[in-house]
Amino acid sequence: MYDPVLADIRYGCGRSPRIAAPDSTKALLAGLTAPDAMARDFPIMAFDSFSKDLVVNAYTLGRISRLTRDTEAEELALDQIRRLKRRARKLQSEWLVAQVARRMNSATPLRERLESFWADHFTARGKANVMIQAGSPYVESAIRPHLARRFEDMLIAVTTHPLMLHYLDQHASAGPNSPQALKYPGKKGLNENLAREVLELHTLGVDGPYTQTDVRQLAELLTGLAFTAEGGTEFRRPLAEPGAETVLGKNYGGDRPARLEDIHAALRDLARHPVTARHVAGKLAVHFVADTPEAELVSAMETAWLDTNGDLMAVYRAMLDHPAAWDPRPANAKQPLDFIASACRALDVPQDMLRKRVGIALIQPMRLMGQVWQQPPGPDGLPEADDAWLTPQGLAARLQWGFAMPQALLGALPDPRDFVETALGSRAPAEVRFAAGAAETRADGIGVVLASPAFQRM
Amino acid sequence: MDRRNFLARSAALGCSLAASPLVTPVSFAATPGDARLVVIILRGGMDGLDVVAPYGDPDFDALGRPGPDMEGGAFDLDGRFALHGALAPLRPLWQAGDLGFAHAVSIPYRDKRSHFDGQDLLEAGVAASDAPLPDDGWLNRLVQHLPGASAETAYAIGGEPLRILSGPAPVNRWTPEADLRLSPQAILLTQRVMQSDPLMAAALDSAFALAGGDGDGLAFSGSPGDMMAAMRDDMMAPRDRHRPGRVLAEFAGAQLRDAARIACYSLNGWDTHKAQERHLALSLEQLSDSLLALQEALGPEAWAKTTVAAVTEFGRTARWNGTQGTDHGTGGAMVLAGGALRGGRVITDWPGLGDGALYEGRDLRPTRDLRAHLAWLLHGQFGIGRSTLETTVFPGVDMGSDPGLLL
Repeated sequence: MYDPVLADIRYGCGRSPRIAAPDSTKALLAGLTAPDAMARDFPIMAFDSFSKDLVVNAYTLGRISRLTRDTEAEELALDQIRRLKRRARKLQSEWLVAQVARRMNSATPLRERLESFWADHFTARGKANVMIQAGSPYVESAIRPHLARRFEDMLIAVTTHPLMLHYLDQHASAGPNSPQALKYPGKKGLNENLAREVLELHTLGVDGPYTQTDVRQLAELLTGLAFTAEGGTEFRRPLAEPGAETVLGKNYGGDRPARLEDIHAALRDLARHPVTARHVAGKLAVHFVADTPEAELVSAMETAWLDTNGDLMAVYRAMLDHPAAWDPRPANAKQPLDFIASACRALDVPQDMLRKRVGIALIQPMRLMGQVWQQPPGPDGLPEADDAWLTPQGLAARLQWGFAMPQALLGALPDPRDFVETALGSRAPAEVRFAAGAAETRADGIGVVLASPAFQRM
Repeated sequence: MDRRNFLARSAALGCSLAASPLVTPVSFAATPGDARLVVIILRGGMDGLDVVAPYGDPDFDALGRPGPDMEGGAFDLDGRFALHGALAPLRPLWQAGDLGFAHAVSIPYRDKRSHFDGQDLLEAGVAASDAPLPDDGWLNRLVQHLPGASAETAYAIGGEPLRILSGPAPVNRWTPEADLRLSPQAILLTQRVMQSDPLMAAALDSAFALAGGDGDGLAFSGSPGDMMAAMRDDMMAPRDRHRPGRVLAEFAGAQLRDAARIACYSLNGWDTHKAQERHLALSLEQLSDSLLALQEALGPEAWAKTTVAAVTEFGRTARWNGTQGTDHGTGGAMVLAGGALRGGRVITDWPGLGDGALYEGRDLRPTRDLRAHLAWLLHGQFGIGRSTLETTVFPGVDMGSDPGLLL
């Protein structure tokens, strides 16, 4: 059952020469409700601060530049916009470094892994201007505080979040009979994008028991959700479809004017739906345990979900208490961030080196490995299947990193025979120990340990 | 990589590796004929009116554009159009009929003029609509309908996702930036530790074959420091804006000479809102370098069977803007090249440049769906039937009459 080495590798951020693994499932889970030392030590800006500062400024400057077309003032505004965008890009790469630093230094590493899982489950990205760099603040504000709460808390926070409203066009959606649509016929209307993804990706899943009518009804229910850069999310009644909507056979709203609470109620019901429990518990098991997890593992998690109305701690506990979670065979391929951050943790790379080399050590290699940082291919996020990552190019990029980058990041490389212990401990296969000792140079020895299936898989 | 190179490389690593059961020789898959297609995506919106300038049009001068620099290498194509000076190195191709252009074309995407949406549609091969984009790209749908296609047939080259080749048909993805240089012993040790993992072992074999087949070998015999420098240099290559065009083309050419028949890569840097003369020239130099490198890497025999189509998401505004550049527009030009091309022509149903002729009074009016030309290319090169092209590869395209693009 519980194995601290496997716990660090499969449910943590990899082994560290400094930080001991939690000694039990209980300790592993307790980390999720412990004070968030990593958020304190490696801060990432909250979304509303990001929005009030960068987004507000970008909108203001954009307005100024349009009002001052072909004058010197326009040039000045455009120059300020360029500076602002540069600052946003710099912040984005600092936050990536912070995220890797959290993974390297955490004594409660399951928190970091769960954050990545849920950030991907609720993929959102900015599509224009400095919103493009809002990914980390979004995750910090809408995902991280809810990791150990109920699923519905996270679902509501995410679905009503400005970045999600922007990403899936909700803020532009108006009910067909809303005051705005009636005032601007043919110009304002319904957009189903967010409603569809809530049902298809975030809750029931693509095979779930919903119809096009449910998508449409949920889309009408969601009308009114909008945001401003200054104030964040707000409910705008002029956009909202009047009257009740029926989603999966249940009525929301009705005689009274449309309200945000009706949207919350529908999301809460979706979060507690048995098909949501199966879909999302199954996704968790696929992400943490194996591409095709045992059916019993998933049903144990599903039962915990239904018994507790989606208390995520109970769902995680059901996963970690199941013997399948501790199958000793190497399972899932690490995703690019998992690989690079776990290598940095095992190597104990100094943070200032990561900051200095963020492009060549983090952003660019991740891209070659198939993960374009904070530019997911679509709302369905990153693939889970091992063969999506362990492609010839993906593997070559991992080898390139493993053989060349440690040398570039560290003054002196550790002895590969020690490193194999640090990185893999009791899980080091004989052939990897042999290879670490047989390599001609330290760099090759470290490289072959990092390349090995025992390190690449979790 | 051909078999001879592969064995030579193996021999260079020492007998132990050549004899190793871990090294599987590349399979020699059947190929779907001899025709080759290279698609280059010019990201950012190339200004067709600058690249292939309609300087003979009576309304051209009124656009406030600088016009072709005949002293700086620009040359007349057919009395109406002149080619941009930065493409002067392609003059021999033009004279040999290996270079041509389609003008006043665009994908079926109007009015919003977003790079993001335009490139998605260009790669998906569909018209703009409210429906979600298909999951596959049009080049992948071509591979799905190519008799004799195998996993070796198509290559997506470069660091981007290239959705144009995403889809059910298996394709190869590789970027020269992922090139590997390892010491001979690291190669052997890595193969040894992968042995227990079939998926990783198979990916490793392909990775080693690809990294070894690009002309600069996998095994590196220099000092560890030199090796690190070489590998970092490969990772850094895309930062040097002059190199990607050549590096990508060399890799594409090497694959197409062998079992590959379809390759795609993209070149960036066409979004010339400001100081267009300077920026466009740099991007065109890269395109020109890339086409010549492709011709060289393919060799005369394979080049004779090749067509290249360089496409962009939209053209740019007809008039010069306030910052010596152009903004996002609609109609533009497609660059065609290759030994299989019936080139030396600018193919166009020219709409004119007068105020009434311009689309929305600002952009070159597209007179033909870019996809129609691409469909005729696929029809001629690979024998794909017209109904498959019009319903599946490019849903909803009207191919119209045959522009006779191929020899």
